[in-house]
Amino acid sequence: MQKALAIDAGKCTGCKQCELACSFEHEGIFNVVRSRIRVFIFEEEARFVPYTCTQCDQAWCMQVCPVGAITSDPMSGVKSVNAATCVGCKVCTIACPFGTINYNAGSGKVEKCDLCGGDPACARECPTDAITFIDAGLAGYAKMQDWAARTDTAPQAAS
Amino acid sequence: MSWTKKILRVNLTKGTCTSEPLNMDWAYKYIGQRGLATKYLIEEIDPRVDPLSPDNKLIFATGPLTGTAASTSARYSVITKGPLTGAIACSNSGGYFGAELKSAGWDMIILEGKAAGPVYLHIENDQASLLDASPLWGTSTWHTEEWIKNTHQDPMMRVASVGIAAENGVLYSAVVNDLHRAAGRSGVGTVMASKNLKAVCVRGTLGIGVRDPKAFMEAATKAKKVLAENAVTSVGLPTHGTQVLMNVINEVGALPTRNAADVQFEGASDISAEAMREVRRTDGKTNLIANQACFGCTIACGRVSKIDQTHYTIVNKPEYWHASGGLEYEAAWALGAATGVNDLEALTYANFICNEQAIDPITFGATLGAAMELYEDGLITDEETGGVKLNIGSAEALTTMVELTGKAEGFGKVLGLGSKRLCEKYGKPELSMSVKGLEFPAYDPRGIQGIGLNYATSNRGACHVRGYTVASEILGIPEKTDPLVTDGKAGLVKAFQDATAAVDSAGICLFTTFAWSLEDIAPQVDAACDGEWTVETMLEAGERIWNMERQFNLAAGFTGKDDTLPKRLLKDAAKTGPAKGLVSGLDKMLPEYYQVRGWSTDGVPTADTLGRLGL
Repeated sequence: MQKALAIDAGKCTGCKQCELACSFEHEGIFNVVRSRIRVFIFEEEARFVPYTCTQCDQAWCMQVCPVGAITSDPMSGVKSVNAATCVGCKVCTIACPFGTINYNAGSGKVEKCDLCGGDPACARECPTDAITFIDAGLAGYAKMQDWAARTDTAPQAAS
Repeated sequence: MSWTKKILRVNLTKGTCTSEPLNMDWAYKYIGQRGLATKYLIEEIDPRVDPLSPDNKLIFATGPLTGTAASTSARYSVITKGPLTGAIACSNSGGYFGAELKSAGWDMIILEGKAAGPVYLHIENDQASLLDASPLWGTSTWHTEEWIKNTHQDPMMRVASVGIAAENGVLYSAVVNDLHRAAGRSGVGTVMASKNLKAVCVRGTLGIGVRDPKAFMEAATKAKKVLAENAVTSVGLPTHGTQVLMNVINEVGALPTRNAADVQFEGASDISAEAMREVRRTDGKTNLIANQACFGCTIACGRVSKIDQTHYTIVNKPEYWHASGGLEYEAAWALGAATGVNDLEALTYANFICNEQAIDPITFGATLGAAMELYEDGLITDEETGGVKLNIGSAEALTTMVELTGKAEGFGKVLGLGSKRLCEKYGKPELSMSVKGLEFPAYDPRGIQGIGLNYATSNRGACHVRGYTVASEILGIPEKTDPLVTDGKAGLVKAFQDATAAVDSAGICLFTTFAWSLEDIAPQVDAACDGEWTVETMLEAGERIWNMERQFNLAAGFTGKDDTLPKRLLKDAAKTGPAKGLVSGLDKMLPEYYQVRGWSTDGVPTADTLGRLGL
């Protein structure tokens, strides 16, 4: 079973515990600018939206990498960057339609979400379940259920 | 770790920005933030200095847990000698600014002197410089934040600034960061503007390390679980914010109403948390649209509201149709109960203006409440108010006066003095509901006896977040005490005051203590920092900080005689509710308080006490 991050922005409060957890997991310090997941805060509408890599099946970043530094794990579907191979050309950052793979000037390499090897720190630390790590095939399940609950079947029953 | 061990010293007179090492001996004694910055301030200024002179200093300080994964790690404080009070001032704020400052590599910024013209401080990691703020002078905090982000082409920049009120000498101007988080009380923003400093903007990308990462994450995770399992921090605060208290405090007869003439407000439910969630008849929407967390906070009590677009305050002002900081309990009380106004949308509008122009809603509302009483008594005339009728309960008076005070225009200039100076001006000093010049907040000492002793002895003037005995007396945290009795309150107040000083100094939010004790906090500080941090060492540091602040105030000219309450609370009994017939029993509690503090009978720390605390 492949698992994926399911993000429900409606539950997010903008606390950035996911960013703190991500940077700590990958860098050993608390530094939100090094997080591979970002919470965008739209103040005027009070919307808080966590955003990160969705691990595309036919990943643009992987397709365009000229040195084959981005590989896919067949079991988990995770696309990860092999730092030893990456030459920092940044073509993947251009190819990615979502902007979720980024260059780190400090290391000269690109970085992206790697699902923390199967136990994503962001999902673990999210206090409101805005980010959960679930069966990739069921990512829409909660939303379907929510809409199903709102479906009014009474008119049909009456007619 | 987890101090950055660096201080940024900014001399505004000379225009210099220099880095210096943090005094680690002091860090081990005063933790950080409130405690450590107060130590620096006391060492560097004359306690009798005019707060608005260039010789006063202004410190922005983070704590050791600020910016870490500890829950509520957003906090920073602004420390100075307050112009409203002449006492030590320390105002605490959340949002995102504090963590950014720490991530830029600074434990604190010490600002001294006065710039020749308007400037703002720009910090990008270890680079700091003073830039021309003349295009920003005379504009709001909201405009200032937008202008700075646009000018530096950096939407991630964090900004703390002052509004027009501060520039024009309103004595209770705040420093506002992230649009609607405020270092609110005592006029810290007025000091900032007196130095011609409009804003501090910061971008930090260095990150924050801790001493023992594994132990720290274990302690932080365990403590977060405590917050997640506590009904107040996991349900009450996220759902209702601090406004959860409005109906509760009204029920127990401790809601100071109409300048504390009454202890219950018939309009309380109209301005409560529950009202903020009710669908409005006018537009089918609710006042509250979301709760928002500060940086790192797993509670998320912050209110975000939209004002009814059909409301008279904004019907022709689309610039206020967006979401912004909604009513917290203290603001709702001050703008509402203290003035007798029960129009929730008018209160929300006044709250927006308080954020936009950076004024303290507690002091503003309490001052307007006093002015309304003076007006009803015929002492303030229509001529002085520019024709505005300042009747008790008038929403129009509230919204007009908040606009005028925010810009320090017309009668707003007089309101900008605060209630103590205002009531003195009209020959009725006893009508100011203040201690040491600072207006007391939303808990009436006739109905909650312990909080009165805390107001009387709080080092920054009357304040709830210096010793929140309401937790014990009303909410039963950590254990229930009877709010109507004075017995045992001296020890209770001291315990709350000392623990609070330690919590503030750590760089986390006081609201965690609805669920956490120092047993949950000390392991996080210990794993994050060098030194030995236990419940005992933190409590001792808290007591040390309290006594240090007290010494500053004594040197500034305060005496035990200032440890008192407005006559109304001491002489006029509560008219209704459970406390009916009661006045504050301060005289029964104060001598015992001095005793448990190890102070002389006139309120001076004894040599033994100072020696024991290493002061």
